[in-house]
Amino acid sequence: MKDNKKTYWKGIEQLSNDAAFVKNAESEFPESVTQESSESSRRDFLKIMGFSVAAASLAACEAPVRKAIPYLNKPVDVDPGVANYYASTYLNGGDYCSVLVKTREGRPIKVSGNKLSSVTNGGTSAQVEASVLSLYDDARLRGAKSKGEASTWDQIDDSIISELEKIASNDGNIRIVSNTVLSPSTLKSIEDFKTKYPTTEHVMYDQVSMSGMAIANERSFGTKIIPSYDFSKAEVIVGVGADFLSTWGAPIENTYQYAQTRKLKDKKMSRHFQFESNLTLTGSNADYRSMIKPSEEGSVLANIYNILASKAGVPAVKANKIDKETISKAANDLWKAKGKSLVVAGSNDPSIQVVVNAINNLLGNYGSTIDLNTPVNYRKGDEAIMDAFINDASSGKVAAVIFFNANPVYDYYQGEKLAAALSKVALKISTSSVEDETASLVDYIAPDNHYLESWNDASPKKGHYSLAQPTITPIFKTRQAQSSFLIWSDNDGDYFKYLQNNWKEKSTGSFQPFWDKALHDGVYNNASEIENVEYEFVGDVNSEANAISSNYKSGDVELMIYEKSTIGNGSQGNNPLLHELPDPITKATWDNYITMSVADAGFRLDDAKTKTANVTVGGETINLPIMVQPGQASGTIGIALGYGRTSAGRVGDNIGKNIYPLLVNVNGTQSLRISKGVSVEVTEEVHQLAQTQTQNTFMGRETIIQEATLEEFKKDEGAGRFHPHVATWQSESGQVKPEELTLWKGHEYNGHHWGLTIDMNACNGCSACVVACNVENNIPMVGKQEIINRREMTWLRIDRYYSSATDDVTDYAEMEKSAENPEVVFQPMMCQHCNNAPCETVCPVAATTHSTEGLNQMVYNRCIGTRYCANNCPYKVRRFNWFKYHDNDQFADANPQMNTEIGKMVLNPDVTVRSRGVMEKCSFCVQRIQSGKLEAKKDRRELEDSDITTACAAACTAGAITFGDMNNAKSEISNLMKIEDAEKGKEIKIMKNKRAYHVLEEIGVRPNVFYLTKIRNKA
Amino acid sequence: MTRKSLTARILKTFAFTALLAFNFAGVFAQSIPTDDANISNGKSLFDANCKACHSVENKLVGPALKNVYDRTPSVEWIFSFVRNSQKVIKGGDEYAVALYNEYNKTEMTSFDSFSDEEILDILSFIKNETDNPAVVEVAVADSGDASQNNEAVSSTYLNVIVVGLIVVLALIFVVLILITTVLTKYVNNKDGLDDIDKEVVNQSFSLGATLTSKPFMFLAVFLFTAIVFKVVINGLFSVGVQMGYQPTQPIAFSHQIHAGQYEIDCNYCHTGVMKSKNANIPSPNICMNCHSAITKGTNTGEDEIKKIYAAIENDQPIEWVRIHNLPDLSYFNHSQHVNVGGVECQTCHGPIEEMDVVKQQSLLTMGWCVDCHRNTELNTKDNKYYDKLVELHKEDSDKALTVEDNGGLECAKCHY
Repeated sequence: MKDNKKTYWKGIEQLSNDAAFVKNAESEFPESVTQESSESSRRDFLKIMGFSVAAASLAACEAPVRKAIPYLNKPVDVDPGVANYYASTYLNGGDYCSVLVKTREGRPIKVSGNKLSSVTNGGTSAQVEASVLSLYDDARLRGAKSKGEASTWDQIDDSIISELEKIASNDGNIRIVSNTVLSPSTLKSIEDFKTKYPTTEHVMYDQVSMSGMAIANERSFGTKIIPSYDFSKAEVIVGVGADFLSTWGAPIENTYQYAQTRKLKDKKMSRHFQFESNLTLTGSNADYRSMIKPSEEGSVLANIYNILASKAGVPAVKANKIDKETISKAANDLWKAKGKSLVVAGSNDPSIQVVVNAINNLLGNYGSTIDLNTPVNYRKGDEAIMDAFINDASSGKVAAVIFFNANPVYDYYQGEKLAAALSKVALKISTSSVEDETASLVDYIAPDNHYLESWNDASPKKGHYSLAQPTITPIFKTRQAQSSFLIWSDNDGDYFKYLQNNWKEKSTGSFQPFWDKALHDGVYNNASEIENVEYEFVGDVNSEANAISSNYKSGDVELMIYEKSTIGNGSQGNNPLLHELPDPITKATWDNYITMSVADAGFRLDDAKTKTANVTVGGETINLPIMVQPGQASGTIGIALGYGRTSAGRVGDNIGKNIYPLLVNVNGTQSLRISKGVSVEVTEEVHQLAQTQTQNTFMGRETIIQEATLEEFKKDEGAGRFHPHVATWQSESGQVKPEELTLWKGHEYNGHHWGLTIDMNACNGCSACVVACNVENNIPMVGKQEIINRREMTWLRIDRYYSSATDDVTDYAEMEKSAENPEVVFQPMMCQHCNNAPCETVCPVAATTHSTEGLNQMVYNRCIGTRYCANNCPYKVRRFNWFKYHDNDQFADANPQMNTEIGKMVLNPDVTVRSRGVMEKCSFCVQRIQSGKLEAKKDRRELEDSDITTACAAACTAGAITFGDMNNAKSEISNLMKIEDAEKGKEIKIMKNKRAYHVLEEIGVRPNVFYLTKIRNKA
Repeated sequence: MTRKSLTARILKTFAFTALLAFNFAGVFAQSIPTDDANISNGKSLFDANCKACHSVENKLVGPALKNVYDRTPSVEWIFSFVRNSQKVIKGGDEYAVALYNEYNKTEMTSFDSFSDEEILDILSFIKNETDNPAVVEVAVADSGDASQNNEAVSSTYLNVIVVGLIVVLALIFVVLILITTVLTKYVNNKDGLDDIDKEVVNQSFSLGATLTSKPFMFLAVFLFTAIVFKVVINGLFSVGVQMGYQPTQPIAFSHQIHAGQYEIDCNYCHTGVMKSKNANIPSPNICMNCHSAITKGTNTGEDEIKKIYAAIENDQPIEWVRIHNLPDLSYFNHSQHVNVGGVECQTCHGPIEEMDVVKQQSLLTMGWCVDCHRNTELNTKDNKYYDKLVELHKEDSDKALTVEDNGGLECAKCHY
């Protein structure tokens, strides 16, 4: 054999034979691996661990002394351990909701909808559900403040009264500035204030104004009101730039009514057209959605008017041509549904609203879907008056101003001007409960109670009243603002008495029973107040259309400012529940961004990484990250209000930018639409968004989303259903349904069998259920960084999928790309409580097991944190506690409800606060199941369907979530699913509702959660 | 004859007196019923309404009710006094006014909803208690002793056997030693033994060598490790277990006096036990229902009761030391057990009516809970909630329906 003389070398260092190489050549492992670089070795670790275990077990032997402190004088109706419920009213500016407040040991811990209300019908919104945490906001003032120093109420009352009297005697102007005030008694207390100080004027403004609509109705019908709408009677709905399911008008009412038309009762559903720039929650629910620029809204409406006018035989108006085929389709459908249709527009331009009125008038919708006789009071602000006030203040004509729970320095477009003008106002008072942007500039702060600590009333609509009652004694030394007004005007400061006296006028018979019932119900309707007046349309459509045509010119880039359904107008800016709630469309949390179309941005998001852009409007430049958003009209961008707070508190300060200064006032009305002078410059700065969902489509998997059109559904109720089959030798055909094949013996449910159904057609993605779940189950908020790390803790998430045609794609990357204007579907996703749960079989310590009632139970104290279950869960609904989220400074900002003394008062005492290292997930609100069963047992009666519902189902305004006992033939879920063998106690029920399906049916895990197919009313 | 007639006369007189006495007794027999049904109804009414202030044997807030039907003016008087005592007192009734003054002018609660029959039932219960002072307890104690005796007998028997065996073994041992000694002597005396044989015969037992031998060392180490291991394991299992915990409370309240001697119903103070998760420690306003009148305690005099007054005056709640501490991770509901399940307080809390200072009687570990859930029959009587379950269970099994059969061992019944 010939010797091989070749030298093989491993690398350049061996060839050169340098000293370092020679030294290491003999050792088997690189030094960095064999010798641990950290200072403590493995042995040290073992020693320390051994010692700590011994120390810990020694320490654990001595249990701490725990106290049990009973009431000194127990209130008759409060029993520790038993929840009390009080009807009350959520009021935040003009936002209204009749609510039921759950209290435990005198602490409000949950707010849910009041089913007795004919206005909100038991519905809630994310903001209402989250408001209970605002009560325990650490940023709230502890008491009165005078010139920046803590003071007493007596002292500030004395100073304020003497200063006001001096100003009034010199005929100095006094102004009370507030948002819309819905409470008649509050307005009366302000009137009383005016009696003592006659130079007082009450100025109302709204963060997002609807004053243009009131003006339009004055021009159209001679009455300056905003009518109430009834979407439930509409067969065809056309929305133009109006996000009526999330922020426009009365979103809770609208959602409830809209859902009634989407539940396929008698195989019917409404058809919804939406014309808009940003992809809104409402637009994502539309059957036909068209992308337009904000400047085109008027033209779309004028074109619709012209088509209808030609059918009705009335003259056409001037309309800029718009090339959208949906316009004629919408107009034709509207005409077919005359008297049963509804057109709404989000614009605050009176001209546009007059055209909307004209269309509805042509369609005969007044008296059916629109009720002018029952005007709503939600938005009564008038920015013309507000502007006049700011001008007066700037020119030194205002001597005193009282900011009544208003924060115009932050949320009015002229906030900066107002802030400067305040130095010229001699006496400045705020009743804000936190030292916000405005309150930090005033002389005296007389902090108001939270609404859950207050007596109040409200009149959301004409003839509809509701009461708010305190559910806790004021936590801090705060005082109701109404009492302050009464005291400052030398009246008795007892607002409760004052309120009762006002209500005495409403009662017909004996007052006490009337009052007790109104307080118990929370609502009172007086139909006799509503007169039946016939209004005639007198608007001048022609001149309004001319105005539209000449006022709106398309810009290169148009800015559409919008309100989010989560953080809203920013007044609850210190509430982590709202910051961490993913935006229903973008799925982004804790951030403010510019939504931009793919075409305009020129890139797609990769793992939520994005660039930022500078947006310049009229000399003002704002830098924000870009959210590349399918469905955003090309040539437009969208930015949300409500961010950029600087004095909201620890949680909400310095998130995003304040967009209010960008708003404009066009002909006396506020506008969120800026068509002129907007420029966008994309920078190369990389920004990480915190999205909870970064994939956009369901990649064509029909086993997740199953949908059909209404026509298909009418022919076959099971249209759109996907029926997977599994190949097997066991059957002759060689394949069986997945549910026929199992390794397990199956469960028998002799008692109850809990199930949940989600109607994907009724669900509009509003996310109130997510907040309700968070509050009910003590779920920690984790903050932006942890969301980026994919460690959000919510048990219930809403998956939003864009559907795009997938026929012509060749690879997965293509599949994930959503269309320019995609169809959207929302899918609430929580633990599916599988009968053959994959998580149960992999847990090494049996910490997750199955109950005899069909629940998949999670036992925190048994869990050792292997996370096998989460890995094996096909639905990815299990959440791992990577940290101790309570009593941990790291999460003090994001999760105050478990880290501040006062925040902890909101926790539900029936649900364990989980510790680090354990898994958790949706429990079907097992604490509610157990307490509902116990009530029935105590009454010695059968369990009724109404005894138990989950927090998510209770919060769902649309009624899309149904929870119940599938073994009970009388339950709502049995009726909905048409279960035929309810009493048999079988694991798999025979159900005749053909729309019902399981997500990922082919894997055969047999969930107890069912989804009903999405049906779209389109050809 | 005269003797005869005398006897007859005596008999007649006796008979007449007896008849009179009988008739007299008959009046009571008519007004105060003696049926068991009436007595038991009276007992439940008494327990629910009267017990807080009255006892049959002892004087509490109100007088002892023994013989009340004899010492008061009439049964009608009792009717009107029970329904509205103030009216009777204001009416100037002598007996009532005297009573009112004797009891520090404490007003008796009016029970105007009571019918004549109901008050009679209560009286029948009192009469029954007066005539037959409680002997039930003694009987219970007796039966307890008896069962202990049975056990004692069997264990003595075992001991005798063990001792006998030990004696036999000792005898065998002695005999064996004797035999060995004799045999060794015999072999030594014999000639012709070589060295090796001698060595074997005269082998001496060395304690030191045995102790240092490997098998012994191994055995000793093994035993030591095993014992230590077992002790540690047992110790770890008892971490957090506070059985017998008997802290000193801020007020020396005695359950033995309140619940034992005066037989106040547990519900009267622990108001939540039937409706809530918590049994509730009574708030001082409940104490004051009685202690506004009773200012002196049986054991402690006035000092301890004064602490209640101090709490109320200073607006400072009483900070009791919590004895039964379940960890936060487990959910326990009193009403489920007491109201629905019909479990007696004593089942978990032990003979609370005998405790001067309350201590934790039970383990309160999960094993303890689960044991009870396995063995306890579900209280389904007159509860429609369980009807379907009972029916289904009867089809499947002829054993009793236990809490376990209703899912009482499932994790999420207590842990959520």
